[in-house]
Amino acid sequence: MTVAGLADSPWSIQPQGDRTLLLVHECQGQASVDTGKKCAALAHALRHAAIPGITDIVPAFSTVALHYQPTLFGASTSIKSLSAQVHKVLSARLEGPDAPVTSRTVDIPVCYGGQHGPDLEHVAAHCQLSSAEVIQLHSDGAAYVFMLGFAPGAPYIGMHDQRLDIARRNTPRLALPAGSVAMANRQTIIYPNASPGGWHVIGATPLSLFDASREPAAVLQPGDRVCFVPISPSEFHCLKQAQA
Amino acid sequence: MTITVVKPGLLSTFQDLGRFGHQHLGVPVGGAMDGRAHRLANLLAGNPEHEATLEITLVGPTLQFHSAGCIAISGAQLNPALNGQPVPNNRPLTVRPSDILSFGVRQSGLRAYLAWHGGYVLPPVLGSRSTALRSGMGGFYGRALRKGDSIQAGAALHSEQLDALQKQLWNLKVYLPAILGLMPRQSVRATRGPQTDLFTPQSVTGFFSSEFRISTDSERMGYRLFGPELNLENTVELLSEATSFGSVQVPPDGQPIVLMADRQTTGGYAKIAHVATVDLPLVAQAMPGEALRFTEISLSQAQQLDHQREEAFERLYQTLKPLRQWLQAASIPDPTAA
Repeated sequence: MTVAGLADSPWSIQPQGDRTLLLVHECQGQASVDTGKKCAALAHALRHAAIPGITDIVPAFSTVALHYQPTLFGASTSIKSLSAQVHKVLSARLEGPDAPVTSRTVDIPVCYGGQHGPDLEHVAAHCQLSSAEVIQLHSDGAAYVFMLGFAPGAPYIGMHDQRLDIARRNTPRLALPAGSVAMANRQTIIYPNASPGGWHVIGATPLSLFDASREPAAVLQPGDRVCFVPISPSEFHCLKQAQA
Repeated sequence: MTITVVKPGLLSTFQDLGRFGHQHLGVPVGGAMDGRAHRLANLLAGNPEHEATLEITLVGPTLQFHSAGCIAISGAQLNPALNGQPVPNNRPLTVRPSDILSFGVRQSGLRAYLAWHGGYVLPPVLGSRSTALRSGMGGFYGRALRKGDSIQAGAALHSEQLDALQKQLWNLKVYLPAILGLMPRQSVRATRGPQTDLFTPQSVTGFFSSEFRISTDSERMGYRLFGPELNLENTVELLSEATSFGSVQVPPDGQPIVLMADRQTTGGYAKIAHVATVDLPLVAQAMPGEALRFTEISLSQAQQLDHQREEAFERLYQTLKPLRQWLQAASIPDPTAA
């Protein structure tokens, strides 16, 4: 169902089962930082609206999911009024410009290549670049955190330079070390824990991306900007020791 | 006030209603696979619904209690016994110090829930006592129970008052309406979703009319099903987006996976349908090797059924007020409270 009475809205409200509303942006085809930012901004506005009954607001590349619990609705609230409140937030946003969400820039140290980045040379060869050029393109400027998913604290970051375009591996690796920084389709993901993975590992970060006993638990959040900072193997070792 | 694990059972983990508020950070919700049975066990042990229970899978544990208390077991019928004597599901039961709870051969279902009046002492992680097995956090040290483990009980009852309490419980009439039980159904009810139309019409019809066999690969993250291949109209690579409990995603091999409690928070596979919350317990209690069928219902039907169950739980809660009063009267005050 598209937002009734909001024909100009780029968002549609689509139920996903009976405990989730999915807000879908009309630009849902390709990943773009522009659409990603709109998702983060909408998630922020919805969080601010503090609609009763919503337990989680999950932005992604072109969608924002609202997970709700009917038991948390007050006596006067229902699914209909939940939708109405979401409508209100969406129509308020139509009237004014998107309020910029103050985003942080987080430095992520990465030791590229060698034992930490077994796929760096393969990526370079595929992209017809040198390993140094791949590192330079990957770490130049800031990239955008679209969302976290697949594991606690695991970020989806992009979009990298056009020249860094490589599809996922045909066969995933069974055991990537925690902190592996991997690329595919002009995006980067970082595996917070040892796990199987199908992206190309070009480096590793010594940072612990998620710790439930820390506040905040996750180093990165949707909407953050990330600067990858090349470090040497010995710097990696020192930073890793410092975390223990 | 401890409980000793004499035998751990196949997979016994502490679960509550799940970890909410952190899915945007990639933290899975987790929690009881059969939330209905978990809540029932808690209510019948005089607990609030959010208290952790022990989720027991197929082969139950053997536990020894070292204090007097009240327990309740709901969900799968795994033939529980106290000191060798069979005890029923869905009743508040008194236990005495040294009593041993064991389980026999499975009769029906897959997952049972053991509630202890007063709960178990487990440090909450990100607001929940559910065990996140993949990341090793929450519950009892982030893992399933092992032989020799010692669990701290949250409260205990006065042993001398147990006889009187037992008489009161014996006279307590508990009526469980059908919607709170696990009525065997021919099929699992599910709704269409935002991506249903990405599939071929034959695949959608096929999904809602065929039999699917549950693979042995099925577990807390998801149930893998074998059946007719389900295909997209166009092979598109979709952008990742949030998942829901009961979302049915279809990877490129065309075999659907019903996402369950420990599902990853996001995914990039197309979702053909979503199991109605009211029927998630049906899936949670189904065994690998068994078959599932799906029936389409509308969203408003799904929400109505969900609402009816919630109302039934509310009524049950009210009915059990005397139980909570008796247990309160028989409880040893919390020695840790200042």
